[in-house]
Amino acid sequence: MKRTIPWIITIVTGFVLVIAEFVPPWGKMREDVLIYFQIISVFAFFLGGGSLLKINLQKVFSKRTDWEYALVTVVGFFVMLALGLFKLGNPEMATAGYAADLNANGSWFKNLFDAVKAPLSASMYSLLAFFIASASYRAFRAKNSDATVLLVSAFIILMGQTFVGVVATGWMPDWVSFFKVENLSLWLLAKANLAGQRAILIGIALGIVSMSLRVILGIERTHLSGGDE
Amino acid sequence: MGNTLAIIGMALLGLSLIYVLYRTIIGNPVSRRVVFVYVAFAAGLPLFMDLLPPVHVTPDVQALVDALEELPPNSKILAAFDYDPPSAPELQPMAEAFFKMAFKNDLDVIVMGLWPQGPQQADQAIAAALLDPDVQAMNPQYGIDYVNLGFQSGNEFVIQRMGSGFKAMFSRDQRQTPYDSIPVLQNIVNFSNIDFVMNFSAGKPGTVEWVQFAVDRFGATLGAGNTAVQAPQIYPYLRANQMVGLLGGMSGAAEFEKALGMPGAGSTMLLSQISTHAIVILFIIIGNTAYFRTRKRKNG
Repeated sequence: MKRTIPWIITIVTGFVLVIAEFVPPWGKMREDVLIYFQIISVFAFFLGGGSLLKINLQKVFSKRTDWEYALVTVVGFFVMLALGLFKLGNPEMATAGYAADLNANGSWFKNLFDAVKAPLSASMYSLLAFFIASASYRAFRAKNSDATVLLVSAFIILMGQTFVGVVATGWMPDWVSFFKVENLSLWLLAKANLAGQRAILIGIALGIVSMSLRVILGIERTHLSGGDE
Repeated sequence: MGNTLAIIGMALLGLSLIYVLYRTIIGNPVSRRVVFVYVAFAAGLPLFMDLLPPVHVTPDVQALVDALEELPPNSKILAAFDYDPPSAPELQPMAEAFFKMAFKNDLDVIVMGLWPQGPQQADQAIAAALLDPDVQAMNPQYGIDYVNLGFQSGNEFVIQRMGSGFKAMFSRDQRQTPYDSIPVLQNIVNFSNIDFVMNFSAGKPGTVEWVQFAVDRFGATLGAGNTAVQAPQIYPYLRANQMVGLLGGMSGAAEFEKALGMPGAGSTMLLSQISTHAIVILFIIIGNTAYFRTRKRKNG
């Protein structure tokens, strides 16, 4: 039963969305299905929040390795939740009540986002530059023909991004301008990359169509795993 | 003074790489911590320089700028902010330049986000744009010249439902004002009332979804700014004329600023990115030089 009902919902939803594409009178049903999807997707936030709390609180209470970081996560979660829900420290609270703008200038929520969340997230992401440089030095080698093609392509793209590369080939006359680094870089992105991306996209699209058909027809049921009949 | 010291520092940094090359060739490569120090200096020193690197505006960026500049005053632009703070260094300069251009040209901007933190990034970009004296002269007003509808969950299905009616997805703006009470939204029912869609994207949902639903299904005109990592995946849509132009990464942001004649964070930060790229290139050359020398020695 736990698998049959979700399976029926999948079949009905799938058929409605496909048929509505070709039969305009079914448009209203498609709208309804999309509304259901949106309601369910909102619940995913609750599920995500619950899961985050469960995992991190377990780590804190059992004092597992690095439990202090889990504690910071939980405290951060509740602080931002409280500031957002109850509009604490929001200057518009006095006039607009709970309808106050979450991002009103001077609100604690906005200040924490601008001064803590945004710079911390950007810093974490920027660490990638350090690891990429280290990996380039230690592992990016022209060991075989495939690796050489990859290396040369990456080299040209990187050179195209720096004005050093542009200056280095700037002396070339117009009749060989194709070989200027910036033009080679653009060619790799707009032609060679394009062909590869299109092939991948078409392959993925065909895969999605066949997998969707298998799901809609009930042949593929692995997404329903976890319950007994 | 700081500028001179930074340039000298960069020159010394480059010269010291000869020692790294020597150590690598003799089979004693430097540790990753040393590489990290080089990257830190390469990224940090240019921030003390007041140089602007030469920027060449590529056709894809120019096409986007031309399409935006051709819009008559009071045209409606839907600006979708589908990114969060980690991608802000690349996308925020684009967003700031976009708002400056829109306000100066008296275009009406409707902001929304498919990523929860996207609308907040838009607020930051608007705040930065409003500091520009030319923008202040135009005195853009919230609700009249621009509005922030906030975040809506549902990924691409939000775009799909917006095709029937924006109000169904955004009954109120971020400040809880009802849709019908917002002057800039008067007569805006769906995509047919929108002159241009501008998407700033760092992943999914993002530009691909806007192409598939807003462009292909509802006929919207789309331009986009993407992170450098994502931009190569967007080329198939760009070359199929499903988009009018594309800004890719920080170099795209700098090109956008140059084409608009508004140098900003993209142009100033580009030097830092370029010098970091240069360090990566040099480390690739050093690593491979050492590799071939070692292989030759072994074979010999």
